[in-house]
Amino acid sequence: MTKAITVSGLHKSFGRTHALDGLDLEVESGEVHGFLGPNGAGKSTTIRVLLGLLRPDSGAARILGRDPWADAVEVHRRIAYVPGDVTLWRNLSGGEVIDLYGRLRGGLDPTRRAELLDRFELDPTKKGRTYSKGNRQKVALVAAFASDVDLFILDEPTSGLDPLMEEVFRRCVEEERARGRTILLSSHILSEVEELCDRVSIIRNGRTVETGSLADLRHLTRTSVTAELAGAPDGLARLPGVHDLDIQGNRVRLQVDTDKLDAVLRSLTTSGVRSLTSTPPTLEELFLRHYQGDEVTAR
Amino acid sequence: MTALAGTGTLLRFALRRDRVMIPVWVAVNALMVLTMPNTLEGLYGTPADRADLLRQLDTNASLRALTGPVFGDSLGALTAWRVGVYAGALAAVTSLLIVVRHTRDEEESGRQELIASGVVGRRASLTAALLAAGVANAVLALLVTAGLAGHGATGAVALGAGLGGVGMLFATTAAIVAQLTESARLARGLTAAVLGAAFVLRAAGDSAHGDGSSPLTWLSPLGWLENLRPFADERWWVLGLFAGAFALQAVIAYGLAGRRDVGLSFLPTRPGPASGRLGSTGALAWRLQRGAVTGWSIGFLLAGVVYGGLTDGAADLVRDNDKAREIFERMGGQSGLTDAFLASMIGMLGLIASLYIVGSVLRLHGEETSGRAEPVLANAVGRLRWAAGHLVIAFGGAALIMLLAGLGFVAGHGKEAGPILGACLVQLPAVWVIGGVAVLLHGAAPRLAPAAWGVAGAVLLIGWIGPALDAPQAVLDLSPFGHLPKLPGQAMAWGPVLVLSALAAALVAAGLAALRRRDTTT
Repeated sequence: MTKAITVSGLHKSFGRTHALDGLDLEVESGEVHGFLGPNGAGKSTTIRVLLGLLRPDSGAARILGRDPWADAVEVHRRIAYVPGDVTLWRNLSGGEVIDLYGRLRGGLDPTRRAELLDRFELDPTKKGRTYSKGNRQKVALVAAFASDVDLFILDEPTSGLDPLMEEVFRRCVEEERARGRTILLSSHILSEVEELCDRVSIIRNGRTVETGSLADLRHLTRTSVTAELAGAPDGLARLPGVHDLDIQGNRVRLQVDTDKLDAVLRSLTTSGVRSLTSTPPTLEELFLRHYQGDEVTAR
Repeated sequence: MTALAGTGTLLRFALRRDRVMIPVWVAVNALMVLTMPNTLEGLYGTPADRADLLRQLDTNASLRALTGPVFGDSLGALTAWRVGVYAGALAAVTSLLIVVRHTRDEEESGRQELIASGVVGRRASLTAALLAAGVANAVLALLVTAGLAGHGATGAVALGAGLGGVGMLFATTAAIVAQLTESARLARGLTAAVLGAAFVLRAAGDSAHGDGSSPLTWLSPLGWLENLRPFADERWWVLGLFAGAFALQAVIAYGLAGRRDVGLSFLPTRPGPASGRLGSTGALAWRLQRGAVTGWSIGFLLAGVVYGGLTDGAADLVRDNDKAREIFERMGGQSGLTDAFLASMIGMLGLIASLYIVGSVLRLHGEETSGRAEPVLANAVGRLRWAAGHLVIAFGGAALIMLLAGLGFVAGHGKEAGPILGACLVQLPAVWVIGGVAVLLHGAAPRLAPAAWGVAGAVLLIGWIGPALDAPQAVLDLSPFGHLPKLPGQAMAWGPVLVLSALAAALVAAGLAALRRRDTTT
């Protein structure tokens, strides 16, 4: 599989602030890639480097096989970008902006445009200053999804959308994935990332701390197990990878490293299992682990 | 009074936000008034000079249209005649900017919602805005009164009060208009149009009557100001007109404000087209700037017609006054008074055109810092192409407005078409240099880009005040306009024109090269 985006060892400072501190990122062609990190971690800076708006201090970035700075115009013909904070011209209607962006990118599909306006329930005749935050985002989303491009770069595109519109957005992403398009999705909405993304990269303080498929990442975390046993549990505490063990009579609650789950289950069944709940780690737990780690280092 | 809850806090907040803007506007206005007696003393030092001036004004209707009639020959009365209308208009502009900024601007940006959700009465915001304008006008009135007291205390009080009265009257005009439109920019434009109408009414009335008694003059608040007759047997009752009109307009503004929802207006925004024809960054730039270009074009054309029409009369007035003639010759060249007057007026429009070009070039800065440029540049658009759209309008627009000014001069003056058009176009290299400085600042030091306004302001000061103050040549040479041949009249000098054109091109090229290499800013 070819890579849509490769970034390695990216550094970028603004004065004394190190926004990017050796960031790595690889996005395969045709995948939906989640880009996660706390506020100020460097997500938007990375995206702006990829768009050729910022020049990195050091490190390499390739986008669709080209240099994002030197070949910006060529690259942008095959990209659609949705910023997190969409600002529009006060006196231009939403429809005018959608068509302008489409033409500047090399044309958009009028049927698809009409269909998207309908699905997102966007009134294209309103002027820029009268749109709410969510509606401004819809303008940018319609302009992006109506164009025929290879790569979508979406920077927190749903932060102002209501749940219904989020659902419309998810379906649009699924459709683009089905057409073989690549999507880089920066987001804070974990359910969205969990549902949509094939792989995720988590960044913190301008550096990539985890990257891989959700299944890969889950192996790095713990599964919660609650069980009611026929007899007293035995030997659980000695098993490797078991944490927070809490035994009350025949009831057991514990956390286990996901790759050590097998041994724990075997041990439980020897005592006879009456009921068992096992909760796989959510992305949220994964996320919190890294975010809280961020706070700890910050202190 | 719960409707006014929070007014004090909002007023302090408004004054803090305007801590630079209000002092600058008031100081410039007060300086313009307070330096005038000195200038007039130099121009009309002897009783004979003044008798001449009064006689001229009596017969010269076009001059009265410019400045209004004169009611006495003391320095105070001459000062009120020479700057009264203009200082009043400037006070009106200051007030309208303050009031719209703290009312409609706040609503349009959405900030007002947050403020209104606090312990803030329904009338507090409008009241705070009017009070902020009141502070600015009161300071102006006090400065003028104190500064001119030496020329007659009662006259100084009358002129100060009259200026403050015009200012406050237009504060309430702006307060009414701010209820009518959803766009702050439109509110400012409409209030400025009312002010322009007031100026035109007064000019028409004054050109018809030599003593300010025309009904047209009485329709205009600027006409009231001259009919207050500061330093010439003041008619105090005219101040009552200001008070009455102020009260009436305030009642209307509060009435309208109480009848509408926050953020909405009586003239709602019309919907736009569902699909657009804009297809390039050039078309987008034109769409964003066409309103400004149209406004400047009309203004320059009209200014040309008016000044062109005044040329012969003004030249007559100056002919008999050695000192005034000297100043005109320094501004316009020593070659026949008519040509010198034309040259100085055209030169003045050239200076003003540098404000146009700075505003137009800095649209790039505004687009970038507002975050609107970024998604445009994320399309298949190079930075140079993006910048070029705005720069064509800035540099070409400067040529357009100077050409229109020239056509206006030709229409108003009725002769010398070729030389006049040439004189207008010869200003362009200097205007372009100022535009080039703005391009370079935006490209190389985007955070400093607004300093281009300072450059244009400095050039204006040197060009306007320099000759009257007898400034040394080294200072006059700092401005690119100082190097232009003073057409019509003087011989054309290609050297400086070509050098300035090349300099402008180099500045633009350097600015664009820097723009290509730097990070975009937000």
